[in-house]
Amino acid sequence: MGEASQSTAAKPAQPDVQDVAEHIVEIISDSGEGAQTAGQLFGTVSARMGNGVWTVEIIPAEIEPPYRSRAGASGNRIRIATDAVSNMGEAADVVVAFNEQVPYSRIDVGGLRPGTILFLESMWAQSPDELIRKAYAEALADFRHRGYEVVEVPMNDECLKVVEDPKRGKNIWILGLLCALYERDAAIVQMLIERKLGRKGKAIVESNMALFNAGYKWAEQNAPWRFRVAVKPSDVDRVVMNGNEALALGIMAAGIEVCSMYPITPATSVSHYLAARFAKVGGIVHQAEDEIAAIGFAIGASYAGKTAVTVTSGPGLALKSEFIGFATMAEIPLVIIDVQRGGPSTGLPTRVEQGDLLAALFGQPGDTPNIVMAPTTIEECFHFVITARKLAETFRMPVILLSDASLATAQQPFPRPSAREEWLAPPVDTSPWQQDVAPYAWDPETGLSQRPIPGQRGGEYVVTGLAHDEESHVAYESKVNQQGLKMRRRKLATLARSLKPPTVYGDTEGEILVVGWGSTRGAIEEAVDRVRGHGHKVSSLTLHFLSPLEPGLKEIFRHFNKVMTIEICYSDPPEAGEGRTYAQLAFLLRAQTLVDVDCWSCVPGVPLPPRVIEAAIRERLPDHEQIPEVDLENVPCTV
Amino acid sequence: MYGLKQDWEAEEEARCLVLEDFESLTPRWCPGCGDHAVLGSLQRLARDLQLPPEKVVIVSGIGCSSRFPHYMKTYGFHGLHGRPLPIASGVLSRRPDLHVFVVTGDGDCCAIGTAHWIHAIRHNMNLTVLLFDNNIYGLTMMQSSPTTPLGNVSNTHPGGVPIGPINPLEVTLGIGNASFVAQTLDWNPLHLYATIKSAHEHQGLAFVRILQRCPHFMRDRWNDLQQDTAGVAVLEHADGIPVDDAVRRLFPNIRQHDPADLGGGRHLATGEEGIPMGLLYRNPESPRYNEITARGLGKTVADKLAGLEAELDRFAL
Ligand SMILES: Cc1ncc(C[n+]2csc(CCOP(=O)(O)OP(=O)(O)O)c2C)c(N)n1
Ligand code: SF4
Ligand SMILES: [Mg+2]
Repeated sequence: MGEASQSTAAKPAQPDVQDVAEHIVEIISDSGEGAQTAGQLFGTVSARMGNGVWTVEIIPAEIEPPYRSRAGASGNRIRIATDAVSNMGEAADVVVAFNEQVPYSRIDVGGLRPGTILFLESMWAQSPDELIRKAYAEALADFRHRGYEVVEVPMNDECLKVVEDPKRGKNIWILGLLCALYERDAAIVQMLIERKLGRKGKAIVESNMALFNAGYKWAEQNAPWRFRVAVKPSDVDRVVMNGNEALALGIMAAGIEVCSMYPITPATSVSHYLAARFAKVGGIVHQAEDEIAAIGFAIGASYAGKTAVTVTSGPGLALKSEFIGFATMAEIPLVIIDVQRGGPSTGLPTRVEQGDLLAALFGQPGDTPNIVMAPTTIEECFHFVITARKLAETFRMPVILLSDASLATAQQPFPRPSAREEWLAPPVDTSPWQQDVAPYAWDPETGLSQRPIPGQRGGEYVVTGLAHDEESHVAYESKVNQQGLKMRRRKLATLARSLKPPTVYGDTEGEILVVGWGSTRGAIEEAVDRVRGHGHKVSSLTLHFLSPLEPGLKEIFRHFNKVMTIEICYSDPPEAGEGRTYAQLAFLLRAQTLVDVDCWSCVPGVPLPPRVIEAAIRERLPDHEQIPEVDLENVPCTV
Repeated sequence: MYGLKQDWEAEEEARCLVLEDFESLTPRWCPGCGDHAVLGSLQRLARDLQLPPEKVVIVSGIGCSSRFPHYMKTYGFHGLHGRPLPIASGVLSRRPDLHVFVVTGDGDCCAIGTAHWIHAIRHNMNLTVLLFDNNIYGLTMMQSSPTTPLGNVSNTHPGGVPIGPINPLEVTLGIGNASFVAQTLDWNPLHLYATIKSAHEHQGLAFVRILQRCPHFMRDRWNDLQQDTAGVAVLEHADGIPVDDAVRRLFPNIRQHDPADLGGGRHLATGEEGIPMGLLYRNPESPRYNEITARGLGKTVADKLAGLEAELDRFAL
């Protein structure tokens, strides 16, 4: 046995068993070493046993970062809890690292805290390369100095006892270690591994199970802790996936047949998924020459009766804006998915922001009423696409779905939907058109009208982006133009009338009401719970419809001393005075309700941890409570 | 609706379509504008082929010529400047039952829509594309276009266009997977009609450049060709566009050109042998993207539900 194994934590006869309500685990490696697979499997086992789970990918900044580099951490963060989990939380409780350099990229973003348990691959201590040995020794001393509970683990040596090439399979050995630590059910792991690798043959499954068992056993003998995160088993069938997969499945479930796109991070994986699987339900992915062509193709398909979807991110949304306006003007249904990233311009391509809200609402020249919706959970990513297609068709207008880079890669279990016929788009109607009905026979109350589809005899008409009358004839008369704009705008009022006022999370009156939208919901609600735990009357509200805004806001706001938004976009602090730039939702709510809505927002490029939101809320309380360790000017990134 | 086996299944009864069945609003083009002739040709073709008006979609961009759909009593899509090709591709993608025509101008196609032009040729979907090339921006009042001749005075180049034009035929013939490239003149109705007919019959993207008169802004542009018809090289071949006797009588410079000969077509496109009129290139073997986009159209509701269930199972906990 080498030095490293001797310095492993003492073998306790009786491990320290801790009951915890939740824990955050990270597995990090150089990219390509399988940490992501291990992390996902750990999350799935936990979810299956009945824990709440939220999994996020840790993605290196570069495609092929140098080996053993600080910038190279690739892996997963898994937050498990007895109850449902809605966000990625703060610093990790347990980290497993494949080398001593990758933890630094996590340390740099505040992912570890004093007391974090760090299982560290110790093979580097015996590296033939002196520089590596030195780097390892230095890092080890530094980790201890920082207060981490370091456990050196001879992962490589242990794997060698089971397989010839530990490079493939170390991740499964680690999965075994973690499953022992958290007393996970090995039978479930066996089932998952069979499902994942069964097709590659029995031998592969067996060698992976051998690795798993070895890791499990090693931890049983050597790890001085056990963590019990009580589970709440349920009989409900569930699925687990990330937000982009949920969007892709939603597209399939909605009966959409055409996804027309141009690659852009972090939206592209929606179409990757569809490219591989869409044919199962008869759909196609069209990769266009640019975003303009992508939406043009989608609009063409929609015009011909097959409501299509185009998937993009901020820069692509900008390019599509002329066509979005066209679809609004010509009243062509369309679903546009914007998986937001940091902006403006190329911005932060892989990172989260909620900066496209106003662009989605007002990004087109002229008065361009469109529906804008935002899912707040992975489950909603799935269901909202189905709703979006229906709304697009009923209201004959584009629907923009705003997701973001955080929902895109986060995984969360939710009840398994069952495919329903009413979700699917009906086949194209080619029955004759009623001769006397104009292509824009607007109902004066609702603005709604029915559209003829090519193939319908007697319905021949020419769509145009020019001002037009009910017959779709180009018309520049003032009255006709006024009428067209009114009818198109009226559709949103009609939709608004059918919406229910949003539900307040917590009491419907109190000190502060926090308003948010999209992916921040989970963290906001967790933060609100914590602030209430300190005895303050704080509630929150999440908007799913941004255009039209959900009704009744003014009345809800009236019952709180203060209303503020929490967002991931830029805003000035209140001291900025008259010229203050408000966060985008705050801007919208102020304009719409005339309530003096305050805001706190920032653009760290990462999901906001609940602790930070808690601090932002408490600071706005009458006695401006501070949380000393949280610097609101400098928000820590934990992913 | 749910009872339909296919999206566009509907019973057809016998009907006899006449020219008026394809005529809509009165065209608002200038007198003498070449666009009138193209409109007349397409209306006659639709009548002669008895194309059901509800199955015809004319997609255009923005420009004088792009007003075209408003004058046809068929389905029409008067789109955005430069973008008719992506729109038309989308229209056809899941509706192989439709006859889709594209009307585009030299600014629309060869300036703002250049990327789409190149990729539409490459995709080779079953579209009939008519490029109305008047060498000028008509609608916006006489700005230079990418095909405006060197030195031609325009509102954006009062001292004359300083850079020579691009040749749409050469460009198109340079794009891999091109499958039908022809040129015709708006002032020869017989050849115009025959060209549009061949283009429509072609399976794949048929690209037709129509030299178009704009008496309003380019009054003298084609005078030379009209006066000295020997400047036109009429291309003839059994696989090409039929040359009517009346055309033969008018144009002395008739050349045999096998449209399968890409090199020969490229040479003719340069204009060194005269302004070509006829089919420069045809390759019926070029793969057609519309055959790929139409995949999966036959799926029933039951297929789709089963497919979705199987997908959901892949994510089961
Ligand atoms: C995005 C956009 N940019 C510019 C215009 C203005 N515009 C309309 S038509 C046109 C040029 C038309 O020229 P061409 O395509 O040659 O058609 P023609 O009028 O000659 O038939 C321009 C620049 C527009 N409508 N949209
Ligand atoms: S300006 Fe030229 S192209 Fe436009 S309608 Fe008049 S003649 Fe035709
Ligand atoms: Mg022109």
